[in-house]
Amino acid sequence: MSTTYHQHAKSRRSFGVGTWAPALVILATAVIVWQLYTTRSGIDPRVLPSPSRIAVAGWTARSALWANTLPTLQETALGFTLATIVGFGFSIVIDASRILRNAIMPLLIGSQTLPLVAIAPLVIIWFGFGITPKILLIALLSFFPITVAFLEGYRATDPDIERLLATMGATRWRIFRTARLPTAMPFFFTGLRIAITYSIVVAIFAEYAGATSGLGIYIQQLTNVYRTDLVFAAIIVTTGVTIVLFAATYALERLMIPWYRRSRGSQPR
Amino acid sequence: MNSVGSSISTPKLRVAALTHSYDSLPVLEKVSLTLHHGELVALVGPSGCGKSTMLSILTGAITPHSGRIDLDGTPIARDTAAFAYMPQSDALLPWRRVIDNVTLGLEMHGVRRGEARARVTPLLATFGLDGFARAYPFQLSGGMRQRAALLRTVVQERSIMLLDEPFGALDALSRIEMQTWLEDLWNRHSWSTILITHDIREAVFLADRIYVLSPRPARVIAEVQVPLPRPRSLQTMSHPDFVGIEVQLRDALTSSGAL
Repeated sequence: MSTTYHQHAKSRRSFGVGTWAPALVILATAVIVWQLYTTRSGIDPRVLPSPSRIAVAGWTARSALWANTLPTLQETALGFTLATIVGFGFSIVIDASRILRNAIMPLLIGSQTLPLVAIAPLVIIWFGFGITPKILLIALLSFFPITVAFLEGYRATDPDIERLLATMGATRWRIFRTARLPTAMPFFFTGLRIAITYSIVVAIFAEYAGATSGLGIYIQQLTNVYRTDLVFAAIIVTTGVTIVLFAATYALERLMIPWYRRSRGSQPR
Repeated sequence: MNSVGSSISTPKLRVAALTHSYDSLPVLEKVSLTLHHGELVALVGPSGCGKSTMLSILTGAITPHSGRIDLDGTPIARDTAAFAYMPQSDALLPWRRVIDNVTLGLEMHGVRRGEARARVTPLLATFGLDGFARAYPFQLSGGMRQRAALLRTVVQERSIMLLDEPFGALDALSRIEMQTWLEDLWNRHSWSTILITHDIREAVFLADRIYVLSPRPARVIAEVQVPLPRPRSLQTMSHPDFVGIEVQLRDALTSSGAL
């Protein structure tokens, strides 16, 4: 079995209660300090609202928040799905031949250097205020980690397994499906977790650049009218959504590659 | 795995004057050997002597510079599926259950899943895997993993099995256990097999005949018959004849500079 594979496995952590507790303590401390500061200092709530004010405002505006969360979620889901398909597609093409790798890889890296602030408005000019430009922007900015993850994964395939399959008469494509792709799956999920956090950020920003609804445009409108409390509430919702999606990748992983996490640590070799 | 009408005198496999080099580095020098039907022949040599090149040539991954390989008296075609190969590592796919690992070769030959499973299932007990069909490889012990890899090799029903240091990764006790188990099984089935090993005792214990290879470039420096009666047991290992052959092999390796 390949060593890369296991190094990869060991670098992962499980997220149990024990792992979360310190983070929660820090968070709670920050919230308390924040609350004390805003009430004692008499700072204008339009500049910095207190956590309690944010909570009350957020609860009052919950239907508006939810109505704007849904489009953002939808864009993220669709853009992210497209990113996965495109990212996987590129990985297959690049893996297939050295020439294609040399031809495509520099362009892909180049695509990741495009400044979002510059291209987001352009894409919206081209495709309008609807959902299409958001999906395209999300896909453009989050397919790359998925491609890289797949490529790393293919390379981690045990050469003994590939050789064995070749002696069994398997074609290159058959070897890819039987050995290279399954080997790459744990790597893919790592790439997925990086990509999912990108996706949300890009969705919000794309909305910021022009949209009719969504958390991004909601934040922009409320900033303009100095409803800082609701801006914070929207940020908290965004964070919550990101964490939920991040956790969902673990659930999906457990579902799709059940052998993987169970094999961690229980194998003497 | 029956001989297809071949006369007893025609060897199952004849390798004649096989020569190969990587760029200017010669690895094989006129290696000739034969394997008769139902025979277990061991290749013993120092590590890095070109045994894996030999394997790559036999499995068709490399075309030798010169030499000839005949199967049942006719030159072997490049795409002949003559060999079932077992690599040094067990090479079990970690995401497949035992049953889907051992049917891998059949699956690659287009045998349908249900039929492949039906062919393998009765053999699970023989290979000490009864009740483990649904287990993942990581749930098996080292010996069980090797037996699963062997079962995967056996069920392909090729004319010749190529075992590349099959027990090299095991601890000493499991290795002896596996060797006696394999000797017994092979004794009952007479599968034509080439066993590559660097373990002299293993070669003597399992083989009918042993070729000793020199350090690179590999040449055959000795061919040793192992006339020890079968079935063999742990007692066989302390038999004077066993020890005598062991010494003979060690001497051959020493004189070639391998030891």
